[in-house]
Amino acid sequence: MPHNNQASAYEPPAAAPAERVPHFVIEAGRGTLWSALSELWTHRELLYFLTWRDVKLRYKQTALGALWAVLQPLLMMVVFTVLFGRLAHVPSDGLPYPIFAFAGLVPWQFFQSAVSQGGASLIGNSQLVTKVYFPRMAIPGAAVGAALVDFAIAAVILFAMMVWYGIAPGIGLAMFPALIALLAIFAGATGMWMAGMNVKYRDIKYVLPFVLQLWMFASPVIYPANFVPERWRWILVLNPLTGIIGGFRSALLNRRFDWLAIAVAAALTLASAAYAVWSFRRMERTFADVI
Amino acid sequence: MQPIIRVHNLSKRYRLGRVEPYHTLRESIVRSLAAPARMARAMLGGGARDGGAQDAERHVWALRDVSFDVMPGEMLGLIGRNGAGKSTLLKLLSRVTEPSAGRVEIYGRVGSLLEVGTGFHVELTGRENIYLSGAILGMRRAEIDRKFDEIVAFAEVEKFIDTPVKHYSSGMHVRLGFAVAAHLEPEILLVDEVLAVGDAAFQKKCLGKMGDVARAGRTIIFVSHNMASIESLCSSCLLIGAGRLEAKGAPAQIVMRYMASELRGHGGVRSLAEHPGRRGGSTSIMRSVTLHTGDEVAVGVVRMGSPLGVRVAFAAPRPVRPILGVVLRTAEGSPIFAVSNRWTQQGWDAAAAENGIITCNVDKLPLMPGTYLLDLFFGDFGDITRDLDVIREAISFEVAPADLLGTGMLPNAADGPIFWTAKWRSEIVP
Repeated sequence: MPHNNQASAYEPPAAAPAERVPHFVIEAGRGTLWSALSELWTHRELLYFLTWRDVKLRYKQTALGALWAVLQPLLMMVVFTVLFGRLAHVPSDGLPYPIFAFAGLVPWQFFQSAVSQGGASLIGNSQLVTKVYFPRMAIPGAAVGAALVDFAIAAVILFAMMVWYGIAPGIGLAMFPALIALLAIFAGATGMWMAGMNVKYRDIKYVLPFVLQLWMFASPVIYPANFVPERWRWILVLNPLTGIIGGFRSALLNRRFDWLAIAVAAALTLASAAYAVWSFRRMERTFADVI
Repeated sequence: MQPIIRVHNLSKRYRLGRVEPYHTLRESIVRSLAAPARMARAMLGGGARDGGAQDAERHVWALRDVSFDVMPGEMLGLIGRNGAGKSTLLKLLSRVTEPSAGRVEIYGRVGSLLEVGTGFHVELTGRENIYLSGAILGMRRAEIDRKFDEIVAFAEVEKFIDTPVKHYSSGMHVRLGFAVAAHLEPEILLVDEVLAVGDAAFQKKCLGKMGDVARAGRTIIFVSHNMASIESLCSSCLLIGAGRLEAKGAPAQIVMRYMASELRGHGGVRSLAEHPGRRGGSTSIMRSVTLHTGDEVAVGVVRMGSPLGVRVAFAAPRPVRPILGVVLRTAEGSPIFAVSNRWTQQGWDAAAAENGIITCNVDKLPLMPGTYLLDLFFGDFGDITRDLDVIREAISFEVAPADLLGTGMLPNAADGPIFWTAKWRSEIVP
């Protein structure tokens, strides 16, 4: 093709000294919600390594290792089966109480572990926070990742129990991944918010275990949602875990879905995640100074 | 060429712990009742801002209106006394903390090395820590895979790579930490005082590595208290004092200025009127001794290779034409050399006097860094056979390191107190 001086419409404009765009700018109060999330995405490998570290350290020097991920919900199931199933005759939606309880305890354990580990994570990694920059969200995020690994192990036991009890999941199983995502996002948001507050108010360390204990009994983990009188059920539904854990059981154990509760849970989860990210970004600026 | 970093009026304010010297029990109760409410308000508001009343609390500016540009490939040294704001500046540039005001534009990837072994966990093995620390410092997994062998070799820990780091010696720990960081390849590297750790051989290796990095065209900002390494490594230097930028320029010049401001009025003067080291039978004639280096300002620390002036003020009972002898000793008391105008037959051109000042100037101190002592001998040309006033260990001073060889390296202090130079010639014998 012959060259002439007339630039064709498809050629880029002749090398005008373009305005240099900084790699980044450091200023007070900078950063948007989207920039936070995209930055977290570019650091996904770090998220992976921090998760891997948390998993590795959790079971290093423990005799039983990853067996603990299974033992905890399993032992709780036994205790609750005896106390609530046998002695108190708590209804279990027409299912054998042990599997009913276990199907609630596995997601609950995931939530509890992600939130409690996540809440303590920034304080526990103060050495990193004061010495190197990376998106701080990766730290509570890794706690969710590590809890997810335990969750996967416990889920295998849950499937084994379903085989044992001869319970086959139905078409509702298709909802399973979406429910896990919802639960992980809600746990991540809660853990992240707690982690940030914990830097400033060490009271959180004492409040959190207590709140989590109450939260379990305020969620349909070891009792079905319909155990609560119809008149008060809406209060229960305002807890996102009601929709998620209930949905979990429906998906796995082939029960009817409470779509309203799931929709409410999804809306509340997304709202709380947006708030947590916004709030975390605000608090993040002073972490290195106050931790 | 355009700057790779532009710093504009950068400021960082820290809040001091609230100072409340006195409050009543009633106030305490009210405060503790109000605290949860305040906390709840702060929690819902995101927790970042406090009420306006608290803005009046005492603040301290760790950094105030600092502006400078850094060009690509520049190796910039940051010096200043402890608490001057050097580390705060590095923390701001590395985004560990956010500025209170001002702006920084950075045109490149930044790697920061504010400590050795960032993200190391003692329970993990060397191999695991390389990946973890590398990821935290901003390396991609593929990049770590590629550089893994090089990192291990640099750290000299091949045999222990699968041993938990808690079983490492502190030297191995430091070497591994630096090795990971040294293999970062950002366009801009921020380095805090990390070379203060590790043995001399490893320090040398680290300095060499940093030199390589600088030669590869990358930009380095380097904080150190080691003036010799600042002079040998850096192409320019910033002096920070009390949170402000005091000077920017060539390293040698800025280091000199810093040393001068740092050392002014610290030691270097001693009254001799009542001195415990005065030899029995001496007449108390020497009143005071002042050490200086070039100018007339008393200093207690002298840079290697700088001139040393010893000024002695005297008040004799009868007019004298003074002789001043100086014996220089190591801190352990071994004599190194002596100078005296008794042998030069010079040094006092004036007439005999009862009161005066005599100064002995040594051109270039050929001493290694360390502490040294001076003995002073005072006599009279009227009777050169004896000393009138002798004071052992009259005053001590420090010699500070300087990059006299231009390589950042100095002889080992254990090999003797004298610093001397030589010329080298090599011949191959076939």
